[in-house]
Amino acid sequence: MDALFFYLFATLVLGGAVFTVTRRSAVHSAISLIVSLIGVAGLYLLQQAEFLFAVQIVLYVGGIMVLFLFVIMLVNLDQAAKQRQFNRQWLIALVCVMAVGAELVYFMRKGASAFRLPRAPATAAVTEGNTEQIATVLFSQYLLPFEIASVLLLVAVVGSVVMAKKRI
Amino acid sequence: MGPITTTHYVALSAALLLIGTIGVLTRRNIVIILMSIELILNAVNINLIAFSHYWQNVNGQIFAIFVITDAVAEAAVGLGILIALFRNKETVLADEVDLLKW
Repeated sequence: MDALFFYLFATLVLGGAVFTVTRRSAVHSAISLIVSLIGVAGLYLLQQAEFLFAVQIVLYVGGIMVLFLFVIMLVNLDQAAKQRQFNRQWLIALVCVMAVGAELVYFMRKGASAFRLPRAPATAAVTEGNTEQIATVLFSQYLLPFEIASVLLLVAVVGSVVMAKKRI
Repeated sequence: MGPITTTHYVALSAALLLIGTIGVLTRRNIVIILMSIELILNAVNINLIAFSHYWQNVNGQIFAIFVITDAVAEAAVGLGILIALFRNKETVLADEVDLLKW
């Protein structure tokens, strides 16, 4: 059952990703990207990361993709869709990516034994849910990075408003 | 079909990373380049979650949250730059933005 769902979500993820980078129309790309991101959310659920599943749906599918669609509607993409979609270096880029892919396959085959580590010793039976665990660790061990991340978001909000505004 | 191991997730994440890289390197439309960057960041997240599940340790999920935060900030700023660019140059194609080249 686990395997069935894994292959289902993997198909969604990879199929959506391939359509995202090959479609001519940016709106079609955005919709394929939504499919891909929902597949990733399903993979999170398979791995018992329920909080990240919710974050993925709310933030990516609900937030970022709406932002993308807004921008697609704001800038006129009709003309761009009629032109060449791939740049002149596409062949050399493809060759380079294939080289990296071959390297990754080689290392994954070579290092396959490294993934068969003994299971990590099970810590005392966890009774609290995934969200509580994340909250406990995030607000104790990772409090400073959390605050820095919030400053980063503030800077990004101010920056994007400054960028998009006609006259400041 | 055997049981799903961490290796499966790592392989899936590598494939997603490569597809995203192809998108970044070959597309001309800046909107789709930004979408490909989102794909790459999601590949990273799949890896983090897979190992977090393997070690039964939530630290990986915390890192995934920070990666998502960065992705949001990057998308917002990138799309803001894109709007400013479109207002000034009337183009969304990456290789037509060559003001610093000659």
